[in-house]
Amino acid sequence: MKEDSSKNGRRKFLKNLGVTVGAAGVVSSFSLLGAAKAAAKEPAEMVNLLTQDGQLVQVDKNQLRPTVTAPLNELQKRGREGIPGKSFVMVIDLSKCRNARKCMAACQNHHQLRPDQHHINVLQMQDAEYTAPYFMPKPCQHCDNPPCTKVCPVDATFKRQDGIVLIDNERCIGCRFCIAACPYSARIFQWTEPKDAEKYKDLTYNIEANVPQKKGTVSKCLFSADRLRVNKLPSCVSSCPNGVYYFGDRNEDAVTNGTTHETVRFSKLIEENAGYTLMPELGTKPRVYYLPPKNRAFKFNGDLLNEENLH
Amino acid sequence: MNDLPKQEETTLSFEKIKKDILHPLQNHKGLELWIVFLVTVIAVCGWAYIVQLRDGLGVTGMRDYVSWGLYIANFVFFVAVSLVGMLISSILGLLRIDWITPISRISEMIAVAFVAVSGLVIIMDMGRPDRVANVIIHGRFQSPILWDITVVTTYLMISLLLLILPMIPDLAICKNELKKASPIMKKIYNVLSLGYINTPSQHKHLHRMIKTLMVLIVPVGLAIHTVTSWLFAATLRNGWDTTIFGPYFVAGAFVAGAAALVMAMYFFRINYKLQDYITDVQFDYMGKLMVAVCLVYLYFNLNEFLVPGYKMKTGDDVHLKELFTGHWAVLFWCSQLLGNVIPIILLLMKKFRKPLPLMLISIFVLASAWIKRYVIVIPTLLHPHLPIQNVPENFVHYFPTGIEIAVTVLSFALALLIITVLAKIFPVVPICEIAEQRGIEVKIED
Repeated sequence: MKEDSSKNGRRKFLKNLGVTVGAAGVVSSFSLLGAAKAAAKEPAEMVNLLTQDGQLVQVDKNQLRPTVTAPLNELQKRGREGIPGKSFVMVIDLSKCRNARKCMAACQNHHQLRPDQHHINVLQMQDAEYTAPYFMPKPCQHCDNPPCTKVCPVDATFKRQDGIVLIDNERCIGCRFCIAACPYSARIFQWTEPKDAEKYKDLTYNIEANVPQKKGTVSKCLFSADRLRVNKLPSCVSSCPNGVYYFGDRNEDAVTNGTTHETVRFSKLIEENAGYTLMPELGTKPRVYYLPPKNRAFKFNGDLLNEENLH
Repeated sequence: MNDLPKQEETTLSFEKIKKDILHPLQNHKGLELWIVFLVTVIAVCGWAYIVQLRDGLGVTGMRDYVSWGLYIANFVFFVAVSLVGMLISSILGLLRIDWITPISRISEMIAVAFVAVSGLVIIMDMGRPDRVANVIIHGRFQSPILWDITVVTTYLMISLLLLILPMIPDLAICKNELKKASPIMKKIYNVLSLGYINTPSQHKHLHRMIKTLMVLIVPVGLAIHTVTSWLFAATLRNGWDTTIFGPYFVAGAFVAGAAALVMAMYFFRINYKLQDYITDVQFDYMGKLMVAVCLVYLYFNLNEFLVPGYKMKTGDDVHLKELFTGHWAVLFWCSQLLGNVIPIILLLMKKFRKPLPLMLISIFVLASAWIKRYVIVIPTLLHPHLPIQNVPENFVHYFPTGIEIAVTVLSFALALLIITVLAKIFPVVPICEIAEQRGIEVKIED
């Protein structure tokens, strides 16, 4: 509420606010302590309010402020900053992936994507003519030298302090320069109305899950940043039935397997299994590490690997 | 190169020059019909853009892999053609080459029209054109898009000035001579001519300003096309990840721009009956100029394709095979042969530098220039580093949809409309400069 609004307007507003707040049994997000201090200094008209735990309290009318009505801004701010002290990494064990695609389904469900839209895509790979084919789940690599965020003209895609590359579809102008710049083809575009657009149209935009998706904007893997905030593993990691994914914090040197929930040393896992990153020659410095498809417990059961599939 | 045929000078008086050049402005019914036609085309194709706005870019053939398509190819093409303004009126002008005098204004009109529309084409390609203001509100100067916006707008401004400033003496003539002009046009002539009456001091100041602009537009013109090439060269993709893209694009732009200028010269020469001004001499020199710029472009093409083709590095190999012998071979070789090699051979012969043959060759050159840009943009996106899998069939190929083609027609019609309107209200050949060049006294009444 603005300082210069008329007295009548203020009174009416406060009355409404009091009724609403009282009836609903919620208290606005102002500081009760601050209110009490001000009241002690200069006694003024008081109002009765019910706190969340059922106590009736008196508050100086002048100290009342409307609830922060812009959770969107809060979410955006929080989403841009990231989680302090963390440095998220993913390890994908290619020897375990048998193309179950539960990760893809869970991801599409979480991020409101159609079956042909992939934040994570399980690819059939064969590096050279006589080498063994294998399955390779490919999420966004969350590069430390990201080619995509460099080219964004409006800072709609950015890298946060915990290493995650995020996208703000409330700001994206849809120029698709980031899609052209990404050498891993990790980004998708909402060419038409997104899936279930009508159903989710009133939902407040959550930048950490990039939902609801918006027509004319870019989307990509976010390491399920919203789940990380509540100490959950990313959707793909949790849903894998074969123990392919490890996820964790490089600062703690610990990664957790999404299937077995076993936590191991990140450096040891990489060292013992000759972990590598994709296309290191491009200088993108990915945060997704791969363990080679060695000692596989099952046979490669992919489609016929023809030229078409490989390019 | 400065030997204009002497016999023409004796037959022309200032009055005749004025009459010849100003006559078509008010007595050309065909031009009005042409404007009506263009406006109709724009209206019809504008509907296609409205459909795209309503339903999203899904109405185009673009998908997650080919995420830049026809529109970006058009954008590069429009920027390329607009570079003719810098080539003709600035580079050649600064070298004091005088055969360009009668065609410098046409080249500036082309430059203004094409660079203005190139800006619109980019907006037409945006997924969220409603958020275009974000580029100013949240603009990041680390992004080549910001550089591109900066140089495109700067180039547009300087080109506009380079169109209008040298025209000031002619506008003063228009103000006095065009009695039938509408009151609005009279007012425009009056305002834009800034009270010019050709006093020695006015003449000196005007020419000093023009000269400054001619110098200024050289770096801006180079920048506009170099930065456009960086939209591609700044990525890590096979086919775009190359260091010669800047000069390669500039060289290609001179070819496209020269071809567009020849077509416009031919059109105005016939329709405005300007045979005494846009003479065979101009066509002959334009033919020679085209050989020169085509040779430079050919040299860049050799570097761009022969060197990686010799090595056949992983990634490049798939891309180059598709261009040389695969799906894109027809378009690729068409653009190289029809737009470069064959014109060079033909234009070495004098008979092909006559107006009609040169104009016909220019049509092929310009069409090839457009195809070339299409071949630069799309095949690279079809050959990413990692395989394209688990997506519908239409993600793996690209062909523009009817909507995309209509929006393309819209942008071309807009550019033509701008040129037509400019040529309808302003003299397309500089009256005063021609008179001065031929030693005829310029008289402008107050």
